Amino acid sequence: MSDHELRVSKIRNGTVIDHIRAGQALNVLAILGIDGSDGEEVSVGMNVPSDRMGRKDIVKVEGKELSQNEVDVLSLIAPDASINIIREYEVAEKHRLERPEYVVGILSCPNSNCISTEDEPVDSKFEVLSDGVRCEYCETIIRDDLAAHISVK
Amino acid sequence: MRHDHLIDTKQLSRQDIEDVLDRAAEIDADPAAFGDRHAGKLLGLLFYEPSTRTKMSFETSIKRLGGDIVDMGSVESSSVKKGESLADTTRVIEGYADALVLRHPSQGAAKMVSEFVDVPLLNAGDGAGHHPTQTLLDLYTIRENAGLDDLTIGIMGDLKYGRTVHSLAHALTNFDTRQHFISPGSLKLPRSVRYDLHEAGANVREHTDIEDVLPNLDVLYVTRIQRERFPDENEYRAVAGDYRIDLETLEGARDDLTIMHPLPRVDEIAPEVDETDHAKYFEQAHNGIPVRMALLDSMLEDQ
Repeated sequence: MSDHELRVSKIRNGTVIDHIRAGQALNVLAILGIDGSDGEEVSVGMNVPSDRMGRKDIVKVEGKELSQNEVDVLSLIAPDASINIIREYEVAEKHRLERPEYVVGILSCPNSNCISTEDEPVDSKFEVLSDGVRCEYCETIIRDDLAAHISVK
Repeated sequence: MRHDHLIDTKQLSRQDIEDVLDRAAEIDADPAAFGDRHAGKLLGLLFYEPSTRTKMSFETSIKRLGGDIVDMGSVESSSVKKGESLADTTRVIEGYADALVLRHPSQGAAKMVSEFVDVPLLNAGDGAGHHPTQTLLDLYTIRENAGLDDLTIGIMGDLKYGRTVHSLAHALTNFDTRQHFISPGSLKLPRSVRYDLHEAGANVREHTDIEDVLPNLDVLYVTRIQRERFPDENEYRAVAGDYRIDLETLEGARDDLTIMHPLPRVDEIAPEVDETDHAKYFEQAHNGIPVRMALLDSMLEDQ
């Protein structure tokens, strides 16, 4: 780990999400459903210097491993991020994000006339395009500000 | 056609389309030969918004094939009023019928229902999304009047919310066509349709003025510009007047131009045009019967 990461805090067991685009750390926490109300131990670094990115954000969560759904959406708003699984203060696994074919149940469709926004027993489903996502039901394409469409449960 | 459901025209290949149109032509030539093809079969009609032509033409088509309908009736008189989900309603009614027809105001409704039912499902219009059976009868009419290859077609009106336009544009990418879209700036094709047309490598141009393109057209497909899309009545009037076809407009058109409209029209085609050889929109509406008969015949034959 770099000096900058150490500067935030070191965790014993959990996940470090590194190389998040500057300014996106709070959206990452939103995807993870973490707002501190359950006593989670979280460290956030925002706009820290990065050789590769100029500026970047870092999120460290004690005792939390990400689900595949969480990783999938992270890949959309933080495509350069890497995920480090920490065990006993050491990096046990390191993963780069891969864009999935679809994201299910995480984003909400901005089209108020889309069937997925109604009271029907289906999850939202978006196809991941090269430059955005597309609703599988009404076909609305979202290209900008994906984080604004994350439905936090 | 090998598909269990017809949700949109993107799922149709050129061969699929030609199979339906060929079968429709056979039916057109000898309707009586198909009169008892599906005796005893029941078509479930679920119309969540008003429809005259589409609903009646499905009813007529199944009856002309020897079958009958089970009709949910109006939303006001159905269990939908009690809050039942669309998914539940359709799962119940699929037990009563051999195929279902769904018209719903929400985009993606047919796509969602197709995930819940096993009997063939036909999308009869989902909000501003798709209307694939309309497109098949449109293509049948185009093929009869102008052919489907080396075709220059203008599609004019409300391109943003017009589901018949979206379905037709997708289907035409299977053929050698040049598509010209003519609309006010606020009613241009939606981003998702442009994306698909681009991905399909379609030959597409966009215009705001019909006169720029009219002399080159084999077919002009006109749709209604809906008043309710405009916040200001004066703005609507200003725009609508520019997209009206009358005899004066047609002075710049080819003699063999085919004019179509999915109907209902309001005032976008002047009644005087009805008497010209260009007007094919009533013929187009009548083609709904052989085309929907062909589609139902194909989908029900293995049921």
